[in-house]
Amino acid sequence: MSDHAHLADHGHDDHIHPEPTNFLAKYVFSMDHKIIGIQFLFSGLIMYAVGGALAMSVRWQLAWPWKPVPILSGLWADYGYRMPPEYYNKLFTMHATVMIFFVIIPLLTGAFGNFLIPLMIGARDMAFPKLNMYSYWAMWPAIVLMSLSFFTPGGSAEAGWTSYPTLSTFRWSTPGSLDGQTLWLMALLFAGVSSLMGSINYITTIIMLRAPGMKMFRMPMTVWAMFITALLQAFALPVLTAALIMQLLDRTIGTNFFAPANWMVANAGNVVGGGQTLLFQHLFWFYSHPAVYIMILPGMGMVSDILSTFSRKPLFGYKPMVFSISAIAGLGFIVWGHHMFQSGMNPALGATFMLSTMMIALPSAIKTFNWLGTMWGGRIQFTTAMLNAIGFVAMFVIGGLSGIFMAATPVDMHIHDTYFIVGHIHYVLFGGSVFAIFAGISYWFPKIFGRMMNDRLGKIHFALSFIFFNGTFFLMHIIGMHGHPRRIADPTVYEFLRGSGVVGMNQFMTINAMLLGLTQLFFIYNFFHSLFFGPKAPANPWHANTLEWACPSPPPYYNFLKIPTVYRMAYEYSADEVAPLDYWPQDQPGKSDTAEVHSGAH
Amino acid sequence: MKTDRLWALLFAFSAIFATGSFIYSRNNADWWLLPNVSSMGREIDHLFIIILVITGVVFIATQIVLCYAIWTFADAPGRKAHYVHGQMKLEVIWTIIPASILVFLALYQMGTWSKIKFRSSLPKVQPVAEVTGRQFQWMFRYAGDDRRLHTDDDILTINDFHFVMGEPTIIHLKSQDVLHSFFLPQFRIKQDAVPGLTIPVWFDSDTAGKFELVCAELCGWGHYKMRGNVTVHANQVDFEAWLKKTKTEQDRDQLALVNAVNGG
Repeated sequence: MSDHAHLADHGHDDHIHPEPTNFLAKYVFSMDHKIIGIQFLFSGLIMYAVGGALAMSVRWQLAWPWKPVPILSGLWADYGYRMPPEYYNKLFTMHATVMIFFVIIPLLTGAFGNFLIPLMIGARDMAFPKLNMYSYWAMWPAIVLMSLSFFTPGGSAEAGWTSYPTLSTFRWSTPGSLDGQTLWLMALLFAGVSSLMGSINYITTIIMLRAPGMKMFRMPMTVWAMFITALLQAFALPVLTAALIMQLLDRTIGTNFFAPANWMVANAGNVVGGGQTLLFQHLFWFYSHPAVYIMILPGMGMVSDILSTFSRKPLFGYKPMVFSISAIAGLGFIVWGHHMFQSGMNPALGATFMLSTMMIALPSAIKTFNWLGTMWGGRIQFTTAMLNAIGFVAMFVIGGLSGIFMAATPVDMHIHDTYFIVGHIHYVLFGGSVFAIFAGISYWFPKIFGRMMNDRLGKIHFALSFIFFNGTFFLMHIIGMHGHPRRIADPTVYEFLRGSGVVGMNQFMTINAMLLGLTQLFFIYNFFHSLFFGPKAPANPWHANTLEWACPSPPPYYNFLKIPTVYRMAYEYSADEVAPLDYWPQDQPGKSDTAEVHSGAH
Repeated sequence: MKTDRLWALLFAFSAIFATGSFIYSRNNADWWLLPNVSSMGREIDHLFIIILVITGVVFIATQIVLCYAIWTFADAPGRKAHYVHGQMKLEVIWTIIPASILVFLALYQMGTWSKIKFRSSLPKVQPVAEVTGRQFQWMFRYAGDDRRLHTDDDILTINDFHFVMGEPTIIHLKSQDVLHSFFLPQFRIKQDAVPGLTIPVWFDSDTAGKFELVCAELCGWGHYKMRGNVTVHANQVDFEAWLKKTKTEQDRDQLALVNAVNGG
């Protein structure tokens, strides 16, 4: 590892490690950040299909309660082919768990973080390549345990991804709280360890291995976002880990952190000792609220870079962007209570959490205005990546604004735990994170795989995804304000949800969700077809400024033959000095730059 | 390409769909906020509408700017991007204006919030019932003639909640096993029932009639059917009469049970 730091300092070429030649070391237990990024990308996309299938089944049940689910219903021949209600609970629990812990976080930080950070700061690899490899392989026990849990007696966990005690801690409270919940907890511990190893690596790499001239305030927004995200993860994850271990101990060796003294659920025998149910919620949200930002900040960074590139214009307000990301991360630690306004927590505390939560909307607003400012007066090129990035901005506005309703404690009283919040999170996590992921894949695919994706297919995929996404999720706000609770297997139990309006909306949303699912076939086809048959990509197909475009596509094992020197920040588009070129890569010296060249490249 | 600016239409379409669905659903009883029957519900609806209007205006404004930018600044032969890194004055403006709106919104909520949830603002009345959530039912315990809970003459009902119109009403909310949440959508009231805690919840109703009680916190496999009936009586006399009738039925059932056990 010290070799790498040494390399970065001096940029000598003779320290390049030889590329491993055997297959296992090269592609499976690889220590190359690019291969690890690709591994995260593939496993994330596979899990994305799994999570999507789970969501389809959820939607089916909501639109046509107790009607046989296509394909799946064979599982329930004994119940007249109807989905049992506990299975419905498993479906939404697993959908959220998979999407959050196995898709969005691994894709954004694992895939893009790994692939991009060293390339964008001009390093040959991560600071700790071996730790990086462990971080990927720690995901697999998590995936295996989670999959196994479906086959244990009682089936997989079904206490929601929030896993609140005492439902989750008492074995007899619901079928999924038998061994399924234990496996769920262990799986999440592994996923957490994976993230933690990754984040330590990112922080160290970004602090230590920047190429000469790459000052902090010259880093691209993607790297800033990954850096702040890694800090969030490093500080918040230990708290979740503690909470998961406490719950695991409650379930296995008879501690009692989370239930009152002599508590009993489902007549299954008392526990001794006295704990606090709300304690788990505090610990859980102390991580899981920052986790929401972990799932959106990298997307914000990537989208900032993509918007600037394809507007052919410098990023508007670079420093305000950096400060607002930092503000989101800082405030992110003091807003967790807004998940608990109706939980029985002291209402005075609710009032303070309301104020901090309102304030966290501010940096998000600043970012949105700066993105619009970036596009304003630009020369916008509508590539697939750009469209997805614009889609991110448009949808993130909805997700951000609908958050204000929940921040307002009295209004939250009505819409808490309804479909309003389901709509809100999907606008942030699908409208935000997932469109950012598609933008990122379209943008960096040529760099990652050395081939171009098909732009026409990409645009069809974007347009249909965008339409069906809105069709699926927007009306959730409306049935939510009507009072439709989340996590119920059959809304028609309630009279006020039995009207043709609500039922019709539920069916409309489900049809859109199915079409949204089918639309992903365009992406799958485009992805794999381009992987093998796409036209060869040039080193810098988008005429972008950041350092990853300075090396060939795909980059060689050592990334940079010579460590580049950085002369300016990444957003010099359409500058007069280099006209008629409209871009000015970070490693290209200008006339006035010669004096600034210090150590490094000589 | 010149046709590229047509992408603005896609984004405009989604914004129109979003705005339109709110406007359209306003006239549909199945979609809009349920007709409200409580005094705090009126305040909550008012706050909801204020936020809806403010966020609606911001939403429409940003989407217009976005669509205009896509339409106007699309790449075309001879177009040159404006080389600018930002502008301090704009940053200050779009920091201060949203900040003031957000602080206003937060402060504007405080009164209603403290009135509904702070212990200090609980009305000084006896609780009408103790409500216990249990997988998967709501258990209600009303005081009998001695006006005290947990005595022999308590009246117990399952999934059947009664109180009187026009009077501040308190319940003591408890859980017997896992988390539940006491949600009255027509009253805009929601409070989790937490193992080990007794949480007083107050509300009122300006309308007599039948309403629904929802469990809003995932509580196990049968969560979806943990539904209760709510009956608001027009006056104390009706309520007392219902209480008396229920008590008589309960005594008769218990007597029958005692007789059965004694072999009578």
